[in-house]
Amino acid sequence: MRATTIATPQTAGATGAETPIEAQGLAVGYGGRPVVTGIDLVVGGQTSLALVGTNGSGKSTLLKSIMGLIPPVSGRLEVFNAAPGSSAVRLAYLSQAHTAGFVLPLRAIDVVRMARFSARGLARPFTSEDHDLVAWGMRTMGVEALGSHPLRSLSGGQQQRVFLAQVLARRADLIVLDEPTAGLDAGGRERYLQAFAGELERGATLVTSTHDIAEAVEYDQVLLLARRVVALGPGREVLTADRLLETFGILLRDPHKEHAQRFVVAEVAHGQPQVIDVGPEQAP
Amino acid sequence: MLRALAAGILVSVGCAIVGTFVVLRGLAFIGDALAHGVLPGVAAAMLLGLPGILGAAVGAAVMIGGVSLVTQRSRLSSDSAIGLLFVGMLALGVVMVSGSSSFSGDLIAILFGQILGVSAESLVLQAVVTAAVAVVAFVAARPFLLLCFDPELAQVSGFSARRYHALMLLLVATVVVVSFQSVGTLLVFGMLLAPAASGALIASRLPTMMAIAIAIGVVSTYVGLWVSYAFNTAAGATIVLVATVIFFGVLTAVNVRGGLEARTEPLPETGA
Repeated sequence: MRATTIATPQTAGATGAETPIEAQGLAVGYGGRPVVTGIDLVVGGQTSLALVGTNGSGKSTLLKSIMGLIPPVSGRLEVFNAAPGSSAVRLAYLSQAHTAGFVLPLRAIDVVRMARFSARGLARPFTSEDHDLVAWGMRTMGVEALGSHPLRSLSGGQQQRVFLAQVLARRADLIVLDEPTAGLDAGGRERYLQAFAGELERGATLVTSTHDIAEAVEYDQVLLLARRVVALGPGREVLTADRLLETFGILLRDPHKEHAQRFVVAEVAHGQPQVIDVGPEQAP
Repeated sequence: MLRALAAGILVSVGCAIVGTFVVLRGLAFIGDALAHGVLPGVAAAMLLGLPGILGAAVGAAVMIGGVSLVTQRSRLSSDSAIGLLFVGMLALGVVMVSGSSSFSGDLIAILFGQILGVSAESLVLQAVVTAAVAVVAFVAARPFLLLCFDPELAQVSGFSARRYHALMLLLVATVVVVSFQSVGTLLVFGMLLAPAASGALIASRLPTMMAIAIAIGVVSTYVGLWVSYAFNTAAGATIVLVATVIFFGVLTAVNVRGGLEARTEPLPETGA
């Protein structure tokens, strides 16, 4: 995902510019046990970073650490040049597993309105700006007609759109999405890509985890994870056959198409890394 | 009788407010723990000649501490350990009460309440505490809603998930402690769950759910008291029984209606 405006170059130290994410020798994990170690990472303003890796490769763990939900195991991690989670108003986060019980009596619009709680605190009433952002978020994700529907009556894809509308309505400077396209249909995916390209253009920084190599290649930076850092760099340089093999353990390759984004990646939990050649699809 | 009605309504309101969060946050376990923990606390207070409500508060605090300790320490399935903790506390309470001949009749009162014998002072205390609980729940409505939806979202929105969770537990404990005199330690658990769970089945918004829970609680109190007077049954237990019957009635009605709606009215699909 690339903003049409050119990403601002990294100006470390110059004019006191702040850095959305900066990690040095970072190890992240739970209860002092590291899941991924040795992360060195600088994500500048208005740039996009995709985390690519299998389930259990540490993507979600790193995202949670950036959001300040779990403390780093060791090393240094700063978000907007401060401790992670210390600037709540500037953050937006979409978690992967929604624990939200289906008993929760909420309408879709109530879920999107929650986005504005961080800006208004405990008691300050919503302003017209808040209502505008809520309406805009729902319109952008195409769920404005579902506002008064109970959340539990919506399909998985519709719920995901509502959650993405909530993220948009936060109008955050750093947007972190854990597998945002899960459950989205083609239309939802298209709206998602457009909406968050727009967020980049507005000046936000975007960090996303994904299984989709074709999508990841569009990002400014790609971080390949396999419980360690396999590679970090621009998508077109990082997403090579060897590295994908290292990350996922198995590749399904169309021998006639050598571009990285043509690789189909499958996961094997155990076993030897392998490349499987598949023939070109027959044209109908 | 009028005093009993007032006490029952106050219990209904308090239990409906915190019960809403107990149901939505899945805290039924904690509610149960509190109900069990209060008993030995009250018994100990009576043995020492202290007010029962003080013992109830200490018992509730010990139980919450015990549950969180077991949950943190035990790597294996913690429900057996917590279950034993519950039964142990309950047994301790019964042993303490039965060992002292002076108030053996009080056991039933502690377990099932004596709503017909609520004093004016405890009624005032109950009113003040219920009002305080309502105010706190109103002020903390936004973080509580976030917490019910997703604790991580609460944290990312700048509301400490741990702090507001603790506040929520404190409210639940407070309501249990002031309610046990009216409906008893075992039955207060029913009043926490039944009306709120009924509300969750019907309502599509949180405030509506709370209002429905209050209404069901008040109706249960009124009907329960009337039935217990007419048929000479235990008042507290009858109230809780009515609330439970209402819950299963609502559950049946919702399922029947849901089955009909699913066939006749599909949801509109979102356009791409």
